[in-house]
Amino acid sequence: MSTTTTEARAERVTHAHARDVQLPDGAGTLALVTLDNGLDHTKPSTLGPLGIASLFETLTAVRGRVEAGEISAVAVTGKPYFLAAGADLSLIGSIPDRSVALELGRNGHAAYELLHSMGVPTFAFVNGIALGGGLELALNCDYRTVASDVRALALPETGLGLVPGWGGAYIVPRLVGIEKALEVILTRPAANKPYAAAEAASIGLVDLVLDPSDFLEESIRWAARVLTGAVVVERRPLDPAPLWDGAVAIARQRLDAVINGSRPAPYRALDLVAAARDASRVDAFAAEDEALADLIMSDEMRASIYAFGLVSGGKKPVGAPDRSLAQPVTRVGIVGAGLMAAQIATLFAQRLGVPVVMRDLDQERVDKGLAAVKATVDRLTSTGRMSQATGSRLLGSIHGTTDLAEFASCDLVIEAVTEILDLKKRVFAELETVISPTAILATNTSALSVSAMAADLQHPERVVGLHFFNPVAAMPLVEVVQAEHTSLEALATGFAVAAKLRKTAVLVADRPGFVVNRLLVLLLGVIVDAVEHGTPVEVADRALRPLGLPMPPFELFDLVGPAVGLHVLTSLREELGDRFPRSPGLEKLVADGTRVVLPAPAKGLPKPVDPAIQSAFTGPSEGTALDEAGVLDSVLSALTVEVGHMLEEGVVSTPQQIDLCMILGAGWGFHLGGLTPYLDRTGYSERILGHRLLPDGAANVPAV
Amino acid sequence: MPTPSPRVRRVVFVDGVRTPFGRARKDGLYANTRADDLSVKTIRELLRRHPSLPPERIDEVAIAATTQQGDQGLTLGRTVGVLAGLPRSVPGYAIDRMCAGGMTAVTNIAAAIGVGAQDVALAGGVEHMGRHPMGFDADPNPRFLSERLVENDALNMGVTAENLHDTFPALTRERADAYGAASQAKYAAALAAGKIDPDLVPVALRDPENGWGLATADEPPRPGTTVEAIGKLATPFRAGGRVTAGTAAPLTDGAASCLLAAEETADELGLPTRMRMVSFAYAGVEPSIMGIGPVPATTKALQRAGLTIEDIGLFEINEAFAVQVLSFLDAFGIADDDPRVNQYGGAIAVGHPLASSGVRLMTQLARQFAEQPEVRYGLTTMCVGLGQGGTVIWENPNHPDYESFDASEGSAL
Repeated sequence: MSTTTTEARAERVTHAHARDVQLPDGAGTLALVTLDNGLDHTKPSTLGPLGIASLFETLTAVRGRVEAGEISAVAVTGKPYFLAAGADLSLIGSIPDRSVALELGRNGHAAYELLHSMGVPTFAFVNGIALGGGLELALNCDYRTVASDVRALALPETGLGLVPGWGGAYIVPRLVGIEKALEVILTRPAANKPYAAAEAASIGLVDLVLDPSDFLEESIRWAARVLTGAVVVERRPLDPAPLWDGAVAIARQRLDAVINGSRPAPYRALDLVAAARDASRVDAFAAEDEALADLIMSDEMRASIYAFGLVSGGKKPVGAPDRSLAQPVTRVGIVGAGLMAAQIATLFAQRLGVPVVMRDLDQERVDKGLAAVKATVDRLTSTGRMSQATGSRLLGSIHGTTDLAEFASCDLVIEAVTEILDLKKRVFAELETVISPTAILATNTSALSVSAMAADLQHPERVVGLHFFNPVAAMPLVEVVQAEHTSLEALATGFAVAAKLRKTAVLVADRPGFVVNRLLVLLLGVIVDAVEHGTPVEVADRALRPLGLPMPPFELFDLVGPAVGLHVLTSLREELGDRFPRSPGLEKLVADGTRVVLPAPAKGLPKPVDPAIQSAFTGPSEGTALDEAGVLDSVLSALTVEVGHMLEEGVVSTPQQIDLCMILGAGWGFHLGGLTPYLDRTGYSERILGHRLLPDGAANVPAV
Repeated sequence: MPTPSPRVRRVVFVDGVRTPFGRARKDGLYANTRADDLSVKTIRELLRRHPSLPPERIDEVAIAATTQQGDQGLTLGRTVGVLAGLPRSVPGYAIDRMCAGGMTAVTNIAAAIGVGAQDVALAGGVEHMGRHPMGFDADPNPRFLSERLVENDALNMGVTAENLHDTFPALTRERADAYGAASQAKYAAALAAGKIDPDLVPVALRDPENGWGLATADEPPRPGTTVEAIGKLATPFRAGGRVTAGTAAPLTDGAASCLLAAEETADELGLPTRMRMVSFAYAGVEPSIMGIGPVPATTKALQRAGLTIEDIGLFEINEAFAVQVLSFLDAFGIADDDPRVNQYGGAIAVGHPLASSGVRLMTQLARQFAEQPEVRYGLTTMCVGLGQGGTVIWENPNHPDYESFDASEGSAL
């Protein structure tokens, strides 16, 4: 089993080179320090122990020259496109014990501390991506410039199970104010949304935005002006204590509501930020070291590194046939003009840049589909996210029709009609009468058998499943389904198309529900089953909070639509058995069209279950009702059993593929590692399956 | 209605800057720096120095390079304009007349401004001779030799310099050596007097091995060079010859650009006038003695201006070779050490990044004009490979007799 993401590998050392630069205006000599790992732009500079040692050594030497009166300022910059992309995660993920983890924090601080004790002003010239420890390097300097083309300045640590522990947690709230700091340290990492240069400057994370064409030259000139006093950078005063404490309290409430203690990192970061106002730098940095050490030795952090590795490596799909087997796609047909079809049509036209024809039975449906496409494009162009010309090209390349014959020249036709097997079979059979013998047929089915769909065709080998997730534009996963007769060419084409759509493709076998729907619908089934057995809906709705899922179960039900959920649950039960429970209460809710959730109490907070739906469930309440722990246990047990079945059935080849699907298709957290690291570390896999799913240490802190 | 005819306007040199020059070597200043980036730095510096010029008013960007491929290809004037952040509405082109490329960019632009086709424009040149060695990938037509259109070594510039020594026996190695040493000394004195730095724009230097640096000074000059030291140098172009590394411009990387405007536009936009163009001319000569090119070019330019050589108070002549400068001085009866000639030294010291040198000459002449208001006219001149010369005559706006532009009267022409 490959666990390359967490195996220790040799550090790709980022060296710190120092050169003298003569400053204009008689401002003396600048020691310009460049971080460079000696590799091209595809290999970002990262900071491992040797890199930090190099920086320490270089800055120490520079400080010696400052003391000798040779240097009037120090600046740090990076190789083209990067300041530094942060600490070397793969190395952190293999730290053996807490003392080494503590050293990592302390060594980083020791190197960066030299920027505070240099004795002359220090500058960061942020010429490129600055993430985590890279941005903290800049934050430890007195002044910062940034090139206007830099798209990623961020402290993503709390999203990776860490804290910004090389000064970020202390410096940021003091620099930009408590409210913006909470955004930088907590909100943005959770949304995986880094700052672009202008935005970073607007909140005060950097002092000056400069044009990239002579960024370094102008940064140096500006530094000289700062030194001579021609430029004075104003710093905001510390926010008053009541504001500080109030913002922290609100953030803590929000954490409780959203992640509910499911992972420690955001809380540790919040604690550090809370203390930053009144703590000394020495004490604050020491607290950062301790927090880093604790978190590096946490399973949540190790699972996060594992998940990060999976997602990064996901661009090279496991088990995909050779790329050269893929057929060219020059024209795409979409059967159906419903919501999903219109989304798929838009995405294909946008990313593949080929004509797309969308067909439905009557003109009214076609028009509705086209209107949906137009609404999407209009939204993109009106917000400036797409140029008018691109919008016009998109609209011009998507064509609607009721005539099946228009599919004749398509080399890929995707059906996105209602989830009824006979209907889909009929669609494919009709298609075969008009399309060329080599055209690929794809289905966006979420739970039906692709093999059954293809069974009666003359060329069943051309059928492949391409299961997209809603909303199609935003969800990064496509399950590529290999049916019984799917040819390597059809499969390779599926993967090639997914790659062009910039989706991560995971190869799955033609088993009901594939990966994501099988597990999510099972989870929902177990939840409603608990309610059928007398568990209060609110208890069931709260029960999964320790997992820190993107939303509680009834909100998920609401999102997929209770009718769809019920439909899939029913079909999975038919295919896979009673592990997918029957729920008369759910059937009644669907029949009555009852909304299962209440509105969210505030934007971004979960939507709670509507307690009124309890009345739809009439099961016994004596003896079989569960508490939250009981519900959680039954869900995790069921998921473990199901993962065991899925691996046995070969739905995917490894547990890693399940995790990748759950992270990208269901939004399950890095701290869970998707799913299987959590089942391993909570003992479910060993207890129920008799063995771990991943090797000890692959996504957790290994037993010594 | 009569056919509209262009109104002739006078052209002024608003400002010029250049990058520090680097040695065209694998370990030279710009070994890891692109040619187009060098040019970009000069354009941005000009815009920075003249904030009263709205960038959208720029009518043209003409950038010269001798070898227009790789990082000097793709229509430099356009690529450099885009890379420098000029509005997309500003057009640009690339131009070539070998060593006089930059000069030709200036005179082309001046002509367009003069006839009213443009108001304000950028002209410049760049040559990264480290990345684009002279004549690299050239494919001269075989007819040049088969029909004896040129001597078989007319494309070797060092040999043409030796030929010039042959043609004019009075041009001895001793005179050349003394001139070479003097060029270095004059450059060193100008540098020490702070006359070089104001025209330089610093360039960030990428070096994967040692980190970023900053070029702030010329690399080629060899201060302290003595006549004795030059006298001992080998003659690489001919056994027993006279031309040495001490009397030839070194292979150089660098860029220079300038801002030109119609006199009335400079007035309107509040742009300074550092020089006013009087006339220009190009002339062809025998390729095997291409260094004599400045002589007929200057004669023509003087004639067109109605001036004589005695009217010229300052000379900026490109020093491709010492002997070529000396041939010019002899032709016009000027002493080898005449103080009006190349006051800041020349290409023998600072280097000669082919297409950019013409603009360097102009920028330096402009500075000398400001220092010496008693001088009314100056000229910039250079020789060109394959037998050409180019000369531009300029008027000093600081001179008491200078008639400055009067908006109420329009052009004095």
